[in-house]
Amino acid sequence: MAALRIAQDELGWLSTELMDFVANYLCMAPVAVYEVASFYNMYEMHPVGKYKITVCTNLSCTLMGAEGIAEHMKKKLGIDFGETTGDGRFTLKEGECMGACGEGPLFLVNNKRMCGSLSPEKVDQILAELE
Amino acid sequence: MANEVIFHSIHQPESWKLSSYLSTGGYETLKKVVMEKMSPEEIINQVKISALRGRGGAGFPTGLKWSFMPRHFQGDKYIVCNTDEGEPGTFKDRDIIRYNPHQLIEGMAIAAYTMGVKVGYNYIHGEIWESYERFEEALEEARVAGFLGDNLFGSDFSFNLHAHHGYGAYICGEETALLESIEGRKGQPRFKPPFPASFGLYGKPTTINNTETFASIPYIIRNGGQKFLELGKPNNGGTKIFSVSGHVNKPGNFEIGMGTPFSELLEMAGGVRNGHKLKAVIPGGSSVPVLPAEIIMDCTMDYDSLSKAGSMLGAGSVIVMDETVCMVKALERLSYFYFEESCGQCTPCREGTGWLYRIVHRIEHGKGKPEDLALLDSVTSNIMGRTICALGDAAAMPVQGMLKHYRNEFEYHIEHKKCMV
Repeated sequence: MAALRIAQDELGWLSTELMDFVANYLCMAPVAVYEVASFYNMYEMHPVGKYKITVCTNLSCTLMGAEGIAEHMKKKLGIDFGETTGDGRFTLKEGECMGACGEGPLFLVNNKRMCGSLSPEKVDQILAELE
Repeated sequence: MANEVIFHSIHQPESWKLSSYLSTGGYETLKKVVMEKMSPEEIINQVKISALRGRGGAGFPTGLKWSFMPRHFQGDKYIVCNTDEGEPGTFKDRDIIRYNPHQLIEGMAIAAYTMGVKVGYNYIHGEIWESYERFEEALEEARVAGFLGDNLFGSDFSFNLHAHHGYGAYICGEETALLESIEGRKGQPRFKPPFPASFGLYGKPTTINNTETFASIPYIIRNGGQKFLELGKPNNGGTKIFSVSGHVNKPGNFEIGMGTPFSELLEMAGGVRNGHKLKAVIPGGSSVPVLPAEIIMDCTMDYDSLSKAGSMLGAGSVIVMDETVCMVKALERLSYFYFEESCGQCTPCREGTGWLYRIVHRIEHGKGKPEDLALLDSVTSNIMGRTICALGDAAAMPVQGMLKHYRNEFEYHIEHKKCMV
């Protein structure tokens, strides 16, 4: 799992060639690697933008305003969940519980940076920093 | 709070550093245990006296669990810490590894000594990368200072601890799925028996405990099980960290004695947002049945009281909902979660969670049929108890809880094709 994470950090997503490379490196059957990559939802099997933003929309976050944040982001970026902006900078995804509900609403940038207690203004500021 | 067992030091600057932990007597208990060769039987006895119960949700008595490990078995054995919290409403273990990681490390080392284990793992939830990195730093500090590694304090006791970073799968919070995941496979739960104490990680005897459980151990051994027990109430020993989220003014983690009235916890979290009225509370994470305001306000926060009220303490994850919440919509979101996170291994769960979501979805969107509620009852009872792990039950219980207390809202939705709130 760690090998796939490192590979994904390198190229942004896991192509078949990349997974085959990992399988070969670890002396594993390629199918065992595909299985892991497709099971865990932080691995990307298709290309994503430079910044992948995963918004939690689970119950706690929704009670705390995640729907409004998601709408704001969709409007601002002009894309829906699962889509990437035309310039390849942003991909927007809907995520499940990230275990930080006290700071909702929140999103995760490129699987690593968690940004919580979001307001539309704060979202604008973070997106501007990522431009 | 004067009596915090785990969060007592988090107000110190850089509380996660080793120097901060040492300044509050950190690692002294481990040293004493190892140097004075405290007997494993005595340690387990103290844990039993403390009435510490698993903090991950199931509430299994920790001392009893430890006694299942074959102590005199000479081959490899493991202990594993479960920091894979992905149950909606739960965020306490993240704060433990962010603010007091060394107490967890010390607790795991004492557990390893007790069970004759040389290697341990801590499985950390995928989405909390920054906390995972901080835990890795703490591990390195402990290794350098001689609290982890071979021949600790010059004794013959060795313990090496490693962190494992998950990558986004709720099911890996289930202990055998977690073991599969550490072994580098997709996280699908195993049949039990055999239980992990006889066939666990890499097929070896293994004990798995929650982060908060391990982090409570240094206090119990240092002060005695009786003192820990007295922080809570009989059969519900100690303090518990409650994660409060949703419609409150001050969401966050609060460590309080077991048996504290819910009303006090709500007050600590700043009360209900915008002066609204409390409608309902999910007291133990998304998989436990919801309780209406009038019931929860009379409850104390412990295993026994919540169980008597028809719900569960779970992981202490309190989701507060005010009067503006539509229960059909709330359940729709939760049902989608279980549908998305079902690992697909058992038919009742894989298919059942899809059915639950689709039925609640159509009720929410004005397409519900009069017979749908009976269908929900039937689907839930066909999932409950018919799957390898508890995710099936976890998906069914919130549906049953909602239908028990808020059936009228669902009926209204079906009849009027709109929401009553």
